[in-house]
Amino acid sequence: MPPLDAKAKIALELNGEPVEVAFAPHKTLLEVLREDLGLTGTKHGCELGECGTCAVLVDARPVLSCLVLGLACAGRRVKTVEGMAEGGRLHPLQDAFAELGAAQCGYCTPAFLLAAGALLAENRRPTRDQIKQALAGNLCRCTGYIKIYEAVELAAARMRGEKAQPARETLYGYP
Amino acid sequence: MATRRKTAADRPPDRLTAAFRVVGKALRKVDATAKVVGATKFADDVALPRMLYAKLLRSPHPHARILGIDPSRAAALAGVKAVLTGKDLPIPFGILPVSQDEHALAPDKVRFVGDPVAAVAAVSEETASAALDLIHVTYEPLRPVTDATDAVTHPEPRIHDYGDGGNLHKLIDLEFGDVAEGFAAADLVREDLLFFEGSTHLPMEQHAAVADWSPDGKLTLWSSTQTPHYVHRALAKVLELSPAKIRVIATPNGGGFGGKSDPFSHEIVVAKLAMLTGRPVKITLTREEVFYCHRGRHPALMWVKTGVKRDGAITAMHFKSLLDGGGYGSYGVASTYYTGALQTVTYHVPRYKFQGARAFTNKPPCGPKRGHGTPQPRFALEVHLDKIAEQLGMDPAELRLKHLVPPNSLTANWLRIGSMGLGPCIRKVVAGSGWKEKFRKLPHGKGIGLACSSYITGAGLAIYWNPMPHSGVQLKCDRGGGVTVFCGSTEIGQGSDSILAVIVAEVLGVDPFDIAIVTGDTDLTPVDLGSYSSRVTLMTGNAAIQAAERARDIIARHAARKLELPAERLAFAERRVFDVENPARGLSFADAVQLAEAAEGTVGTVGSYTPPASPGRYRGAGVGPSPAYSYSACVAEVDVDPATGIVRVPRIFIAHDVGRSINAATVMGQIEGSVYMGLGEALMEEMAYRGNRNVVHKIPSLLEYKSPTTLEMCDVVTYVVEDPDPNGPFGAKECGQGPLLPVPPAVANAVYDAVGVRIDVVPITPEKVFKALRRKAKGEEPRFGPTAFPDIPWPDPTRVPPPWEGGDGKAVPLTPGASPGLDGARIPGHAPGVRDR
Repeated sequence: MPPLDAKAKIALELNGEPVEVAFAPHKTLLEVLREDLGLTGTKHGCELGECGTCAVLVDARPVLSCLVLGLACAGRRVKTVEGMAEGGRLHPLQDAFAELGAAQCGYCTPAFLLAAGALLAENRRPTRDQIKQALAGNLCRCTGYIKIYEAVELAAARMRGEKAQPARETLYGYP
Repeated sequence: MATRRKTAADRPPDRLTAAFRVVGKALRKVDATAKVVGATKFADDVALPRMLYAKLLRSPHPHARILGIDPSRAAALAGVKAVLTGKDLPIPFGILPVSQDEHALAPDKVRFVGDPVAAVAAVSEETASAALDLIHVTYEPLRPVTDATDAVTHPEPRIHDYGDGGNLHKLIDLEFGDVAEGFAAADLVREDLLFFEGSTHLPMEQHAAVADWSPDGKLTLWSSTQTPHYVHRALAKVLELSPAKIRVIATPNGGGFGGKSDPFSHEIVVAKLAMLTGRPVKITLTREEVFYCHRGRHPALMWVKTGVKRDGAITAMHFKSLLDGGGYGSYGVASTYYTGALQTVTYHVPRYKFQGARAFTNKPPCGPKRGHGTPQPRFALEVHLDKIAEQLGMDPAELRLKHLVPPNSLTANWLRIGSMGLGPCIRKVVAGSGWKEKFRKLPHGKGIGLACSSYITGAGLAIYWNPMPHSGVQLKCDRGGGVTVFCGSTEIGQGSDSILAVIVAEVLGVDPFDIAIVTGDTDLTPVDLGSYSSRVTLMTGNAAIQAAERARDIIARHAARKLELPAERLAFAERRVFDVENPARGLSFADAVQLAEAAEGTVGTVGSYTPPASPGRYRGAGVGPSPAYSYSACVAEVDVDPATGIVRVPRIFIAHDVGRSINAATVMGQIEGSVYMGLGEALMEEMAYRGNRNVVHKIPSLLEYKSPTTLEMCDVVTYVVEDPDPNGPFGAKECGQGPLLPVPPAVANAVYDAVGVRIDVVPITPEKVFKALRRKAKGEEPRFGPTAFPDIPWPDPTRVPPPWEGGDGKAVPLTPGASPGLDGARIPGHAPGVRDR
């Protein structure tokens, strides 16, 4: 059997910083991030490209890191959930997800945050339907997605500079 | 027996009516920031130096004897450090004391495709996987039992050599009053047959566990488990270790929903492999393996017969269920009882008979999924009532409202109801949805349906019957004003850590974010039985109140001396301890803690909670009692395409009586999440097997097991109803499971409203609707559903007179023709004191 662990080395931009990493060449980006770079914020739900839980941004586009070879990321820009908060401050999406309880168990959350971030980078004022379309590849079993939509809308408003607050029905239900 | 512990009912009633400072607000969860930055450490995120990786070899046969296992080639592979087979772990285990029928690795027989038979620890997952291919197992296939009806008709070959005969695991027959007399007194008697397909939890996190063995004989296991206490018990039993030498750490669960509530093969295997190799061992199940762990919703065939008066008053009900249990016991005995326990807690049922059966079949074991054993009968009952209302010419909402179980009452099967907010819940969804303007008035293809439900807030009896508390809390006050709370509860995303912080903050007047929470660690935290049966808020909450009040009393004593005031005049709020009559006069909380610590030493307290004793004292009375029952009402809107049978649900209205909302944001999330999971079960989720092809799971993948995505999820209009229960902390009841229950029947009733066909099966898939529409067009019965309930050798019934027939909660001897306590009893239309609000 040929050695599985003869390592390959690549350079990439990870969360805004240049990084070099060596890993067995068959490894997926998911495995390289979690096992060789120690970034366990990226999760996995199937490792078959079915659930969206492992989504990260490559060159600002959401990709399923379980279906991308680490080698394919040489010279690319990769962003994970660990790179969202800057200077000790939460990204507006992270802040809104925390505020509304859009993260329940939190396992699918990193991927939702990154996918929503990619949407807002292209569309500052998405409709509810556009949010649903953008997040249709990410499964969540806890929230029923409602708090996720509301958090994306709240964050989008704040990122546009509006002093938005959650609706009463969002936090307390209808009277 | 234990001395009775202080319960919420012993506290002054102002706890239920007081204005709150923290309780009821919409707060961030204490772990929210860690979750949104990706810092939360789930089980698979644990990595230790020199760690090995384990893999399980699973059976390709649904039912077979193991004639031999040869692991020698695997053991010889470079990089393999240990191989285990069934003979290495001969002691059985199981979650319930009555069904210790599992082995970590099957020693002599496999019972489903996916049953683990051998395990390998190696330097990498790839090596471990390669080693599995080198293990040679010789099987002698046996006839597989494919479903519950097959189990009834094929008692041989037996899957297990215990149970209630043949391939029937459990048979139950309970009778509360003479139902025949009740049916005779009815104006209408109706029978229905319904089927609820099995479904699985599908947590986004695959189960994972890491074990570490120290040369001093100490075992540590990190695991994505909802029940570290029961894993602790199982490890001690199977590995023959002192519990004092085992530490189980429940990592935050990436979703549970009941699927991580059993002790599992893989947890025991990595522990044993760590002991053998002296190195840490990790296992992370593949998604396919998660389907084999299962323990999900039991497929349930149900028959229900109800007698009613013209005004809809129920005179008697007879309910039968047949559950497909899969290959092992799991929680199945409890699940079976639960399919008959809660029919009585919503509408008054004066006489009630329940017969339940659970079959062993050659499929992954079923167990507790969100709602544990109650969504199936609730579906049957609420569809059945919809049909009865139509036959009586009554509005289904009115029928329900007229016959609600009164608060503070006993049911026919001796369940004690406390607060009961179903009436306000029904009114909320009826008004909000425009029910009266829409029901039976919408154009063809559009429909609206209503259903209600109730769920327990924790089980009154623990799995192991002993006099110890179900939940314990330790609390420590720091000199700087911080507080640390220790509790064995497990955070599975439902927000249990935050509940502890909110409750302690309310009592001690500090900020919830001043409180550090340590949970789910058998070395560090007092026992809490686990995150199941919606017990955590009520039980840990009451324990936390007791611990916090004890700390408050200590601190108040010394603050009062300093302020020269009676302690009763002190209030705790805004991180201060002050005179309620002159708030300017006071101390900081930290200063008050320092005074107390100087006088009495470290300020630390404990609190515990034991549920009140249940009045039912018959065999089987252990399942159903709860300190408090939550209530839900639901209206579903549907669009049905008559050409294809495709059902879309644009919007669901849900009202839930949570007793008291502790953290409003979390309550909303639990209700919406329950509606989501109920919608999935109503429309698409099913554990489906190829019965004719070796009982292989059809679809063990996230792609093929359909669950709602953003494109299928409906809008949800939520109403939070608060009818505080004296047994709940500040009156709180559950909200994480109950709101799932009314969704499938509400959708089924709405489909009938839309196109006039009854789909008496969930999931309500397009082909079922289409077939029913075809039948309707041909003038046949406009229905899709089961047509027969098999003959089951029911045991002699346990007869228990209901409270209003002179019973004392005990069973009476079997005396044909005469039942003591029933003589001369009249069938009451209502128990006294029906409250209609």
